[in-house]
Amino acid sequence: MAEPEFVGPLSGSRSGPGTGTAESIAEMTGVVKHYRTRGRGEVHALDGVTLTVGRGEVLGLVGESGCGKSTAARLLTGLERADAGTVRVDGQDLAALDRAGHRRLRRTVQLVFQDPYASLDPRQRIGDALAEVLTVHRLVAARTAARARVGELLEMVGLLPATAERYPHQLSGGQRQRVGIARALSLQPRLLVLDEPVSALDVSVRAEIVNLLDRLRRELGLAYVFISHDLGMVRHLADRIAVMYLGQIVETGSWEQVSDRPVHPYTQALHRAVPVADPAVEYRRAGDAVRGEIPDAARPPAGCRFHPRCPLAEDVCRTEVPVLAPPSGHRFACHVRQRELGVVTPTSAERPADARGRLSGQPATASRSTGARP
Amino acid sequence: MSVTPVVTETATAAAPPAGRLLTRIWRDTNGRIGLVLTAILVLAALCGAVGLLPHDPIAQFPDARYRPPSADYWFGSDQFGRDILARVAAGIWTSLRVSVVSVALATLVGATLGVCAGFFGGWLDQVISRFVEVLFAFPAILLALAVVSALGSGWFNTAVAIAVVYTPIFARVARGPTLSVRNAEFVNAQRVLGIPTHRILLRHVLPNISAPVVVQVTLALSWAILTESALSFLGLGTQPPEPSLGLMVADAQNTITSAWWTMAFPAATIVVAVVALNLLGDGLRSALDPRREQSR
Amino acid sequence: MTAAPVEPSTDGEVALSVRDLHTAVGGRRGSLRLVRGVGFDLHRGRTLALVGESGSGKSVTALSIAGLLPAGVRVTGGQVLLDGQDVVRWTEGRRRALRGGTVGMVYQDPMTALNPVMRVGSQVAEGLRAHGWDRAAGRRRTLEVLDEVGLPTPGALARLYPHQLSGGMRQRVLIACALAPRPRVLIADEPTTALDVTIAQQILDLVTDLRDEYGLAVLWITHDLGVVARIAESTAVMYAGRIVERGRTADLFARPSHPYTQGLLRSVPAADQPHQGLLPQIGGTPVSPATLPGGCPFRTRCPQQVERCADQEPPLLRRGPAEAACWVPPEDWRPVGAAEVRHG
Repeated sequence: MAEPEFVGPLSGSRSGPGTGTAESIAEMTGVVKHYRTRGRGEVHALDGVTLTVGRGEVLGLVGESGCGKSTAARLLTGLERADAGTVRVDGQDLAALDRAGHRRLRRTVQLVFQDPYASLDPRQRIGDALAEVLTVHRLVAARTAARARVGELLEMVGLLPATAERYPHQLSGGQRQRVGIARALSLQPRLLVLDEPVSALDVSVRAEIVNLLDRLRRELGLAYVFISHDLGMVRHLADRIAVMYLGQIVETGSWEQVSDRPVHPYTQALHRAVPVADPAVEYRRAGDAVRGEIPDAARPPAGCRFHPRCPLAEDVCRTEVPVLAPPSGHRFACHVRQRELGVVTPTSAERPADARGRLSGQPATASRSTGARP
Repeated sequence: MSVTPVVTETATAAAPPAGRLLTRIWRDTNGRIGLVLTAILVLAALCGAVGLLPHDPIAQFPDARYRPPSADYWFGSDQFGRDILARVAAGIWTSLRVSVVSVALATLVGATLGVCAGFFGGWLDQVISRFVEVLFAFPAILLALAVVSALGSGWFNTAVAIAVVYTPIFARVARGPTLSVRNAEFVNAQRVLGIPTHRILLRHVLPNISAPVVVQVTLALSWAILTESALSFLGLGTQPPEPSLGLMVADAQNTITSAWWTMAFPAATIVVAVVALNLLGDGLRSALDPRREQSR
Repeated sequence: MTAAPVEPSTDGEVALSVRDLHTAVGGRRGSLRLVRGVGFDLHRGRTLALVGESGSGKSVTALSIAGLLPAGVRVTGGQVLLDGQDVVRWTEGRRRALRGGTVGMVYQDPMTALNPVMRVGSQVAEGLRAHGWDRAAGRRRTLEVLDEVGLPTPGALARLYPHQLSGGMRQRVLIACALAPRPRVLIADEPTTALDVTIAQQILDLVTDLRDEYGLAVLWITHDLGVVARIAESTAVMYAGRIVERGRTADLFARPSHPYTQGLLRSVPAADQPHQGLLPQIGGTPVSPATLPGGCPFRTRCPQQVERCADQEPPLLRRGPAEAACWVPPEDWRPVGAAEVRHG
């Protein structure tokens, strides 16, 4: 099913500065995104986030509501622009894209939504929805070619070609999500951003979709940003994991490091909070829930943003913003853990000049983020 | 335009066939009555237009003045000996022509404004919404009168005047649902997929807001008939000798005591037309109800 | 009888008993059977988890018990016994007194279940007034119950409106509403699904603590096997309107008997599964009440069906420590209760 021509046309049709040379398919560097809301003030959706997605790599992005994971998805797919910092896809700065560049971006990064029903036009047949994308991007010449390609795409995600004649409401949740994936793949992207792709589905069909995603990745050499609140799912699928809390990355590393040997107290709390289907494990966990509410992202706490809920919190946590350290490998932003494990952190002189001390993995490149917003 | 014939054809196939819509209206009691009455009116107008009726609506017969309803003159005749049935049929034709054209214009302009305001938001929404509010501030008939006085009479100018009155209603009816569709996930999905904005508007937003607009169309048709009659009654709409229901009612004011039929039949026709289109609108509303669609 | 617990000695007295419950939605073109013969007992101080996917009938079962079925849906058979009385046949007035008074309910969405223009304290007190508490006692109880559900400064909080609270606090308020009139039974319909995981964990712990303190009998409806493992002593798995397996949670998770339960448990990624390997999956699509196949409803997705599965729907049969509705393997099944086997 992995026809060679499926991957082929991508490299040929693309040109422009930086194409194909970068190690990573996508990078965010010191990205800041705030939303001004009526009544609540300015919501800090992302505050100095730096992350990279390697070619063919699965990056798991874990966190709860308000952590900024969905904002990251919208920025990576070009639905929104960063206030500060840079988002690069395939080596190109998204802020500098012209019309043609945006078109190329669509064919490099695609998004799969959480709710497959809401993300399909209820009045459009499945086949028409897929054919529309193909014709708009001039990927097929004639009507018969569109129909054939739609059939191929549907088969690729494990659906019968006859599904093309159906309307979204005639499909089951799992089938709809397969259509969502097929539609994203119709543009032959190299990076799929998956925003909670299985949480809206019935438990018994989740495994099928996860297996499908795993197969497609191998066959097509895709990279994924897999966004979820379910550490178990992320652990299963991801090569690397980044844990986010209130717009910042608090821990990142390989899937084994973050999921099986978490260091940051928030990651540990998250780990305990996700119920696993094993009464023996769950029995031991009763009563050790992390305390407190998730703070309003419009008024993030000073210092370490997790300190009001943290069992390890000390005075330094209330005033000083922790920085992700060590510089590579298993990195975490926690004063106490860094001291306990003897991790050398950048001195305050090397930190971003921002007075509120935004968390940033790359202090040197933070120049754009400092004067970001009024 | 990157719209290619391929998708145009398949997309039209996706629209619900008109036959099924009629069946669904028929299932609704109000819709059924409205449909039958509307059909009768249209049929009468058509008969008059193609000359199937025994008398001419304009030719005057001094011998046949003020004939009461009879086998020959079903609705009687007026002060010039003209057949009232023929004039009513022709009047329906005039009224329908004016109301259909005016509502078509109002829908086109109003829905376009409303969809653009709802979809793009920001300053465009502000400008359009304020403009709509200003138009709303005028009483409908006064606004129509003002426009007709400015443009001069004649059926097309009457239609334009009525269209101006109903444009803000369509703008408002289209804007609300557009706002919610704009934020629907599938519109986001299409942006990510690189579907051009004009295409998202035409192919995805419009079909999904069409139900309230279509219902509004039938209701506006009935109001437009009333407004046209009112304008003609006031002497600013259709000009004599062309038959118009409003004009006939105006002419019959002096003869109502001696020849009741000169007033009764045109007036009743106006009432029937308004009721028919309102009922049809009701039927259409329940036929297009998405909840009903789901239960099917 | 029907829900003969596997180890009756360790369970408290039965607070509520559901027997052979049938619920259907009537349509012009015939009725759809949403719940087809469900039975279980709720014990004081214990939690029973009712697990299932969308369309399995788990929520309809809860609504049937509380008498909150939407228009067109009605109980067509069976009993809901509270102190030996069948509440299904009660009038709406008596049932209203029962709801809240004896049976409290907590819903999935804390946003929509609270009245947005009413102060939190008034919403709790309103329920109390409806159950005959006078104003002063109602106010005292309101502050008390807000404190019991772990809300800080109940006095100040009672004067807030729902939108001024976080999702977790709203869910605590809903629990306070449900528990204020001191019910004996609490029905919780996916109350943590809309919450963040760290907040959901707090709610799970809270309900378990309150249950232990007041000897509540809890029916917890969920699709999340992890939640079941955390809070429930016993579990009933629903599929296509029937219970297909039930037993003590520890036994059921350790040795699931029904192929559906087995498939569900295996398909959840776990630490002992290979990283990025294929997850064992249940094939096919969940059935809906409109598309029930004849015989066993799970047979269209079942990897181990035999000839008999197409002919006859299996009743709940004792299999080892649990009960399951499956014909395979036939060696060790035996009937568990006449009432359960009756329908088929």
